[in-house]
Amino acid sequence: MKTSIRRRSSRDAAGFFDSQRESTAPWKSGPFRAALRSTERWAFRPCGPQGPKPSREGTPEHGAEAPLFHGAVKAVLAAGCFALLVCASTASAQVTFERLVNAAKEPQNWMTYSGDYSGRRFSGLDQINLGNVHSLVAKWVYQTAATGKLETTPLVVDGIMYATAQDDRAFALDARTGRPIWMYQRQIPSDIRPCCGHVNRGLAILGDRVFLGTLDAHVIALDAKTGAVIWDATAADYRTGHSFTVAPLAVKNLIVIGISGGEYGVRGFIDAYDADSGARKWRFYTVPGPGEPGHETWEGDSWKVGGTPAWNTGTYDPATNQIFWPTGNPSPSNRGEGRAGDNLYSNSLLALNADTGKLNWYFQFTKHDEHDWDATQVPVMIDLKTIDTKTSDAGAKHLIAQANRNGFFYVLDRTTGKLISATAYGRQTWSDTKDGVGRPIANKNASPTLEGHTVCPGALGTTNFMAPTYDPVTGWFYVTARDQCDTFSTAPQPYEAGHAFYGSAYFPSEEAEPYLGFLKAIDPATGEVKEKFQHTSPTWSGVLSTAGGLVFSGDAEGNFIAFQDKTLRPPWHFQMGGAVYAAPIAFAVDGKEYVAIAAGSAIYAFGLP
Amino acid sequence: MGKRWCLALVVTAFLGTAASTADDRNPLAGDPKAAKAGEYEFRINCALCHGLGARGGGRGPDLTRAVKKHTHSDAEMFQVISNGIPGTAMPANGTNGQGVGMTDEEIWQIIAYIRSQEVKAPANASGNAARGKDLFFGDANCSLCHMVEGKGGRLGPELTGVGGARTREAIIDSVRNPSRRLAWGLTEATKEFPQEYESVTVVTADGKEIRGVTLNEDSFSVQIMDANEKIHLLDKSTLRSFQKSRQSAMPKYDADVLSDKDLVDIVAFLVSVGAK
Repeated sequence: MKTSIRRRSSRDAAGFFDSQRESTAPWKSGPFRAALRSTERWAFRPCGPQGPKPSREGTPEHGAEAPLFHGAVKAVLAAGCFALLVCASTASAQVTFERLVNAAKEPQNWMTYSGDYSGRRFSGLDQINLGNVHSLVAKWVYQTAATGKLETTPLVVDGIMYATAQDDRAFALDARTGRPIWMYQRQIPSDIRPCCGHVNRGLAILGDRVFLGTLDAHVIALDAKTGAVIWDATAADYRTGHSFTVAPLAVKNLIVIGISGGEYGVRGFIDAYDADSGARKWRFYTVPGPGEPGHETWEGDSWKVGGTPAWNTGTYDPATNQIFWPTGNPSPSNRGEGRAGDNLYSNSLLALNADTGKLNWYFQFTKHDEHDWDATQVPVMIDLKTIDTKTSDAGAKHLIAQANRNGFFYVLDRTTGKLISATAYGRQTWSDTKDGVGRPIANKNASPTLEGHTVCPGALGTTNFMAPTYDPVTGWFYVTARDQCDTFSTAPQPYEAGHAFYGSAYFPSEEAEPYLGFLKAIDPATGEVKEKFQHTSPTWSGVLSTAGGLVFSGDAEGNFIAFQDKTLRPPWHFQMGGAVYAAPIAFAVDGKEYVAIAAGSAIYAFGLP
Repeated sequence: MGKRWCLALVVTAFLGTAASTADDRNPLAGDPKAAKAGEYEFRINCALCHGLGARGGGRGPDLTRAVKKHTHSDAEMFQVISNGIPGTAMPANGTNGQGVGMTDEEIWQIIAYIRSQEVKAPANASGNAARGKDLFFGDANCSLCHMVEGKGGRLGPELTGVGGARTREAIIDSVRNPSRRLAWGLTEATKEFPQEYESVTVVTADGKEIRGVTLNEDSFSVQIMDANEKIHLLDKSTLRSFQKSRQSAMPKYDADVLSDKDLVDIVAFLVSVGAK
């Protein structure tokens, strides 16, 4: 297989963007589209005996659906040799919005950051299961040659894996072998200001393009077959501390993405770009300007540098056409003086109309945060009917749950944003009371001081960007958790554009050592921690659950671990030789299931012998 | 045309010289505003190891010392902050997981701040290093477990560099209260090989008890050194019991065991070696 290495300059981005704006993507036009449509019917179907098997009764998320063996697809498969040939040679069909909405019906693919729009990071595949996981072996390793933390969640569509690495690398791999098909690396300016490493958490895919947010605050569309740059849109000036590290979310024909820069006093926003042209269709400023509701929650001009980034991927509810996107800390992160008020919409969950970007509702988890507790954790949609299989009431509880960095597990009604419960799931000392709606409220003495004041959790939080999972079979929410306390000190600091704007320093509290790391299973119905596994030290790994009765996660010591979903006992592990900062996925090609994760500076894929 | 070229070359040469001179010395030297800005940056990026006020701590040296081990000129200090010091816990700019990384201007501000904090008097040469060396390798029994310059035991941390990397206060505290902190952990980003020398007692499947310190550990295996410096490689799943303690294997050296004067001499020895 040939490998083409492509490098594109971005310095003339504006002109390039303008020249592309008027053009129409070929796949949109008549005959071409019709031809694609005719291939679409079979080309994106699995080529072998894969897809979910009805392994457990009464769980609508998997088992009931087995598109592989239905209708026309069955007929194509019956054609045997011909079907295999066609499947193997035309591996990429269009990824339509409809496919993304129905992602759970093609579990062989992993088409969004969290696997589907609900944010569950649950795979319906069960070929790898509790009975055989002990025999799991490494199938391939792809070395990215990048340094630093590898936070990517790969996408897999029809046999091809699309992933990212540090310094805005993107690449496509043969998902069976790890052999590269194309590689792209952006020429990023030397003076970019990402807060926390030159990291990237992944791509979005739509049509025949993948979409990357860059460290210099551009959004670019790459051809999924070649890595060629299709369009390049400038979102903001990187020199003022704006950057993208987040995996975008494709919704309808929009590429939705949130900015980073809460360490630099940016004014945060969530953008939506037209997938065809790169034109910006809407922007929601996470800090309201003059005349907008919520503006009064900022003292004086503090809103102008109010931070409130949106650097982790949200979720989407097709039923209500709402995008749920979480926001980060107000700036300066550890100094509340000078920004009196609640500081909306920092540390909040926003429900935005997908078409317009207008705010439907919000819920602020931590008011007037002084501890850097970004609420940017993935908000996961949970339908309680999936827990009680005897209730077929479709109007039952449509919830959204978030294990928050501040140490509480929140469950909201996702139609209204009304808080249902908030329960501590780790060590916390900042809140002893709740307000009228049940929201934990900060103790008076929790604020940072000049000399330093110890609060739990620390600035890294009870959890952070590591992706959680919701397993509809066990009905449990699994999250990586950390018990650590920090000594928060604060000092006045003037804002200067492009310079770090913390207003503070914080240190791990020595008295609270050692810091502990866990995988925790939470029952969202009660907020109760049902099971936990203690790691040797805290980990930054995300979590995956599968229909095989398994939960997968990694650790700081370099292990990739399979856990039994109910007991969190680990029947299998593999030492990858590098710490994990990424989240696992599952996919299948040619009827074989794989589980993949990034560790060190490589991507690993595991399968049955 | 020829003349203009010549002039251009002269100007370029002049500017080039000026620039390299400026790089040898902090362009912001002596600017109190720059030093103040440097203090903010220092708190965010450096204070975790070097302490608030640059006075050092258990992880990093006291930078208020006028004489530093790795840097003398501003230019050397710039290099060290930018690129780190290989083989030590000092990371390259922006890679330590603490703070956000600094621009060149911000690094110069930090250097201005550090210079403003330096104590101009020479470091107080307290203690008798020669006597301290005798104690270290003799009556105080330090070298039973600690190695300095290739001599000594292996059960505790190697201490050749400790006098340059830690404050005197931190070393004294580690001797008086060894369990208060085990070997000071590095920042998280560099903590993949922590070596905290936790005390451990295991019982193997055949009933054999092994006591020692952990060299490394994950959820599934552990590497232990016993009191005879034998390394045991063990799978946790095969052990009958596994007990770990943050009670240091090092005995507590209070003033009855080791006088203040003896301790000061030992610290003077470690500083004399570590500052080399």
